[in-house]
Amino acid sequence: MASTVEARETRQPWILLSPALTAIVLLLIIPLAFIVVYSFWLRTAAGSEQVGFYLDNWKEALTDSFYRDILLSTLRIALITTIACALLGYPCAYFIARSKSGNKTLLLLMLILPFWISYIIRTMSWINILGVSGALNTLLVNSGLLAEPLQLLYNEPSVILGLVHFLLPFMVLNVYVSLEGIDESLESAARSLGCTSWQSFLEVTLPLSLPGLAAGGLLCFVLAAGTYITPLVLGGARDAMFANLVYEAIIVQLNWPLGSALSLMLLFVLGLVVTVYNRFVGMGQIAKSFGQE
Amino acid sequence: MDNSKRYERLLERYKNGDLDRRTFLGLIGAAGVAYGVVSPFSRYAVAASKPDEVRFDGWGGVVSEAFREHAFTPYEEKTGIKVVDGTFGGGDEYLARVKASAPGEYNLAHLSGVFDYARYHGLGLTTVLNEDNIPNLQYVIPKLIEVFRGVTDGKLSCVPYDYGTTGIAYNRKHISDDEAKEKGARLLIDEKYKGKIGGWGDWRTRIWYGALQTDQDPNNATDMEAIWNAIRTHRDLSLKYWGSGAELMSLLAEEEIYTTEGWSGRIYALREQGHDMGYLDPPNGYGWQECIFVIKGSPLEACEELLNFMLEPATAIAVAEGQNYPPALDPNKVDLGEKIPKLPAFDPSGTLDGLTFANSAYWNGNEQAWSKEFGRIQKGY
Repeated sequence: MASTVEARETRQPWILLSPALTAIVLLLIIPLAFIVVYSFWLRTAAGSEQVGFYLDNWKEALTDSFYRDILLSTLRIALITTIACALLGYPCAYFIARSKSGNKTLLLLMLILPFWISYIIRTMSWINILGVSGALNTLLVNSGLLAEPLQLLYNEPSVILGLVHFLLPFMVLNVYVSLEGIDESLESAARSLGCTSWQSFLEVTLPLSLPGLAAGGLLCFVLAAGTYITPLVLGGARDAMFANLVYEAIIVQLNWPLGSALSLMLLFVLGLVVTVYNRFVGMGQIAKSFGQE
Repeated sequence: MDNSKRYERLLERYKNGDLDRRTFLGLIGAAGVAYGVVSPFSRYAVAASKPDEVRFDGWGGVVSEAFREHAFTPYEEKTGIKVVDGTFGGGDEYLARVKASAPGEYNLAHLSGVFDYARYHGLGLTTVLNEDNIPNLQYVIPKLIEVFRGVTDGKLSCVPYDYGTTGIAYNRKHISDDEAKEKGARLLIDEKYKGKIGGWGDWRTRIWYGALQTDQDPNNATDMEAIWNAIRTHRDLSLKYWGSGAELMSLLAEEEIYTTEGWSGRIYALREQGHDMGYLDPPNGYGWQECIFVIKGSPLEACEELLNFMLEPATAIAVAEGQNYPPALDPNKVDLGEKIPKLPAFDPSGTLDGLTFANSAYWNGNEQAWSKEFGRIQKGY
């Protein structure tokens, strides 16, 4: 009898997990396996694939300085974006966390509101704001501050701006969750022991909220490094990121094997970042920001 | 295919032993019931030849609107077959989608010819149209049809539909007609307009214009290094590469750029919207034709019926007027009305001798290497 109960208890988590595991296997593991297999094939002149085991794509992806340079540039842009999100997102999250409960709900709703609009539409909205005939230039020219409109779009800063716009809510939510978990009386205690407000923030609040900042940073970095829409819409001729290379290999050049190798290369690099994060911070912090302890 | 023919085929299959007696009689019975009375069986009898819908994919924007208004809606009303219209941003993207799809998922597409047609043929995605079911093919300019026949051994998997050019578009507020004419293709690599130049991020167009800028024959370039350098110069002077007709129009209309190469119909549309745009086809300018292509695995009869409907002169002219590209109809056989003769790239002779088209064998033969090289140059290499 006892062994039956024990067996059921052992089985139960797997039964409950099975829908999720099935989805992961069908939608992630199997497609990923296809990509791995594809990466060892070759593209023929007609655009179809030559089935076999060829290392040509991997050799090209790993030894060609073109791919290495774009990968480094992508990681640099992702890092700048992450830092910008942290600098802008932290004060915002702090403000929300320390607001009264009624205002907090409203502020959180406002934070989530942009997610209801398509990411592409949100990205394209910057054309109407920063374009030569956009709102900002029109305002500056009409008010006499500028004689000629400024060229604000289609460069690396506009790509970073678009990425920050897209990723900022991810950072704010993570930091907010972390700040919410900090007992406010700790700050009061620090102040009662002679700290200034700034010192109590630096010595108490900031260290305790670092896991949230790290979780937000990881999400922002990984999502920024994998994007291709933002550089396509807001970037200039040279502002491509690594995902754009994958897009071009697969869509423009119809070279699915090389595209597969490149996408796996990006996956590996970002996987490495996640592993390092997991080693030092732990993935549990990200789960907290989605409401799971 | 009419019903008699269908019956004859069925009888032939029965006589050849491909169908057993029970199946044969069952199908005849179902057909009889279907044609005699309205019954639940009727849909089984006609499903194979008359699908509920066909999918059409095109370039979107004003072109799709024209198709919807002038071709699809009347076709749906006439046949009861729904036309699902999708869009794509470019031929490459669409080919990748088709390649990844199941047979029959995509049916008709408004493709650029002739190299796209040849690529589809190379991938085994062509079919053989029954031209008897498309009587309106008689109105099409013969030269346009023959090019496609040359790719698919005398058969057709598409019907030519329209043609146009990728010429030089310029904002007359900033660039005069005389200056554009004098500089020709080199206007796009003029230092004077640095930051105000655009260009399509399509490797074929970039190489074609690179050839013109270095005084070479686009269909037989001899100095590719010079062309790559011209492309690099253009890249360094450009604000950005555009990726769709809508983006092209937006960049020009918002004066983000003053000049770019552009599609004749889109530039005409900008003029219609009141923008003072100049348009110039330089010597050896880029001429192209588009076709309505039927993809292997599609319901052929329904597609042929739609093709015939789309080639009906009244429909083709209305679509052409909507999308601002001259139709493939021969002006010697069909009265094209008042607007079409005024469209850029229109050839009143019906011979199209004044336009230079891409040699599909030459371009497709270099596609793998050139598309890759352009991808690198585009990103600063």
